[in-house]
Amino acid sequence: MLNQVVSSLRQERLPHIWCPGCGNGIVLSALVKAIHELGCDPDKTVVVSGIGCSSRAAGYLDFNTLHTTHGRALAFATGIKLARPELTVFVLMGDGDATAIGGNHFIHAARRNIDLTAVIFNNSIYGMTGGQYSPLTPVQKRTTTAPYGHLERAFDIAELARGAGATYVARATTYHAGLLKNLIVAGARNKGFSVIEAITACPTAYGRRNKLGNGLQMLLWQRDHAVTVKQAAKMSPEELRDKIVIGELYRAEAPEFTATYEELVARLAQKEK
Amino acid sequence: MSGPAGVARLMQGNEAVVEGALAAGVRFFAGYPITPSTEIAELMAERLPLVGGKFIQMEDEIASMAAVIGASLAGLKALTATSGPGFSLKQENIGYAAMAEIPCVIVNVQRWGPSTGIPTAPAQGDVMQARWGTHGDHPVIALCPSSVREAFDLTVRAVNLAEKYRVPVILLMDEVVGHMRERVVLPPPEEVEVVERKKPRVPPGDYYPYRPDEDGVPPMANFGDGYRYHVTGLVHDEKGNPTTDPRVAEELLLRLHRKIYDHLDDILSVERYMLEDAEVAVVAYGAVARAARRAVKEARAAGINAGLLRPVTIWPFPEREVAELAQRVRLVVVAEMNLGQLRLEVERAVGGRAAVKGIHRVSGELITVEEILAALREVPEHA
Ligand SMILES: Cc1ncc(C[n+]2csc(CCOP(=O)(O)OP(=O)(O)O)c2C)c(N)n1
Ligand code: SF4
Repeated sequence: MLNQVVSSLRQERLPHIWCPGCGNGIVLSALVKAIHELGCDPDKTVVVSGIGCSSRAAGYLDFNTLHTTHGRALAFATGIKLARPELTVFVLMGDGDATAIGGNHFIHAARRNIDLTAVIFNNSIYGMTGGQYSPLTPVQKRTTTAPYGHLERAFDIAELARGAGATYVARATTYHAGLLKNLIVAGARNKGFSVIEAITACPTAYGRRNKLGNGLQMLLWQRDHAVTVKQAAKMSPEELRDKIVIGELYRAEAPEFTATYEELVARLAQKEK
Repeated sequence: MSGPAGVARLMQGNEAVVEGALAAGVRFFAGYPITPSTEIAELMAERLPLVGGKFIQMEDEIASMAAVIGASLAGLKALTATSGPGFSLKQENIGYAAMAEIPCVIVNVQRWGPSTGIPTAPAQGDVMQARWGTHGDHPVIALCPSSVREAFDLTVRAVNLAEKYRVPVILLMDEVVGHMRERVVLPPPEEVEVVERKKPRVPPGDYYPYRPDEDGVPPMANFGDGYRYHVTGLVHDEKGNPTTDPRVAEELLLRLHRKIYDHLDDILSVERYMLEDAEVAVVAYGAVARAARRAVKEARAAGINAGLLRPVTIWPFPEREVAELAQRVRLVVVAEMNLGQLRLEVERAVGGRAAVKGIHRVSGELITVEEILAALREVPEHA
């Protein structure tokens, strides 16, 4: 397994830029294991990312990798997938990248149900710029731009994706790395827009300011606060208030955009004859 | 639907852009509707699927620009069309295309600005935005048609230059050229010169995606073709890997400029009209050049030796051509539908060797033949 991961890394790019205790490497490794399990041809695999600590992951991977502009990864990926539907496209984004500056692209990729597998690294903060609040920062947490505690409500990425039309929605934490891998595999197998939210720790820009301890302690927090979909079904909203529900959250059938477009092209070609 | 080539047709400028794009091999369009460019998107939506191409109306212009870059990287020739407000939104990703060297064409059918301005009124207020709209030092190519037929020709040329030099190319139209109808005869496909991007000639293991050939342009592998590499807007080395090495950063930016400025003979074009013995000249582009040409003709009829220099390539600015003109004429009249954006460039190139006079209109109305003619009559005493 480890060999698999190493074989898909661009060795000359190491060491990576992430802090000690950062969860991004765990998500990266789950992604690579998933790609191996899926049996994707590396030449036909594309990894697109936005801008942020997490988005640097693309550059370490030995696939066709595209590190884009902040928030726009899904729009770049839409161009790639529509131009060349035979490619398997993964899109890596931070929580800010995907739901703040990239929020519009996120809901529209979901609405189109375009066959992209989005992995969102949710560390509840803007890591790269040093710890400002994101749309996923919980109320009252401290950030450099919420020195008195955060006032706004946070998004629920899974509900957002589902409401916008995604046909596969799942969540795991970096503590549950095996589950995360399985969910990425299932998401990639879904012919449509899939969203996998990975709850990950940023000890540097989030943990320290909120006294959540080091990377290990933040991992253990994930362990202690995660409940499976099955467990959650038996719990009251009150009991679920500070819990993270993990597992496959939603699945649906809907026409996939690039396939529908190909059908149009074929139909028009038939008419010409 | 397109008629046969070689037959005269009444055609709109925006329609000619679509014909030119398809003739040049464009097979991907992403856009967002905006007056006065919308016809381009509408026609692309109709025509592209008929030739196996892809059309998508994205959620905004930022996304359109991003999708165009993605599609180009996946191997399709790609184009987007917009106007002022949308052109502003595209800027960050235009810079990305310049930095990552992804071929693409951006059509900007200029309208009155700033802001929403007058959506249906002509203007040429985006000349400097076309040059400097995205942040940082970067070279750019912008072409400026002044007739429907030229909208076709320059769209083909824009696509060809984008593919050849791996740059974003801007087709800087204006509302008049975009919306006017003229009788045109389009060339048959076999007469349209079509350029394809350079592909790597080495096996994947030996491929350096950002190692330039002699001409400064690195061969480009498409995603999915077996060359796995990294593309980023960060400063990158020849492998495509990010770096902050000052030497690499400097060399990269200088090379991006060299690949354009070393090929000005190929990239620059101007139209010279009655300039051989001219004593006074007009510099005008786009729709305004049409009035300028008539003014020159009428000036000649009135015994004034007038001529017209029309930048067809507006960026890089045809500096040498204007400097050379300044040595032969006493007066250069710059007529443009803005407050003097290109006049500043003309003054710089003229360098005091001739008088420079501007005619600037920002009312959304056209500059008339009479106004240009009147300016040509007033040669300053000491010029
Ligand atoms: C247009 C633009 N605005 C702002 C930035 C600065 N910026 C870079 S990354 C980032 C936020 C990153 O947070 P997130 O997306 O959550 O990813 P993380 O770094 O936490 O992995 C910001 C604001 C930028 N690069 N581009
Ligand atoms: S700042 Fe946070 S997210 Fe960024 S590398 Fe460090 S720990 Fe990871």
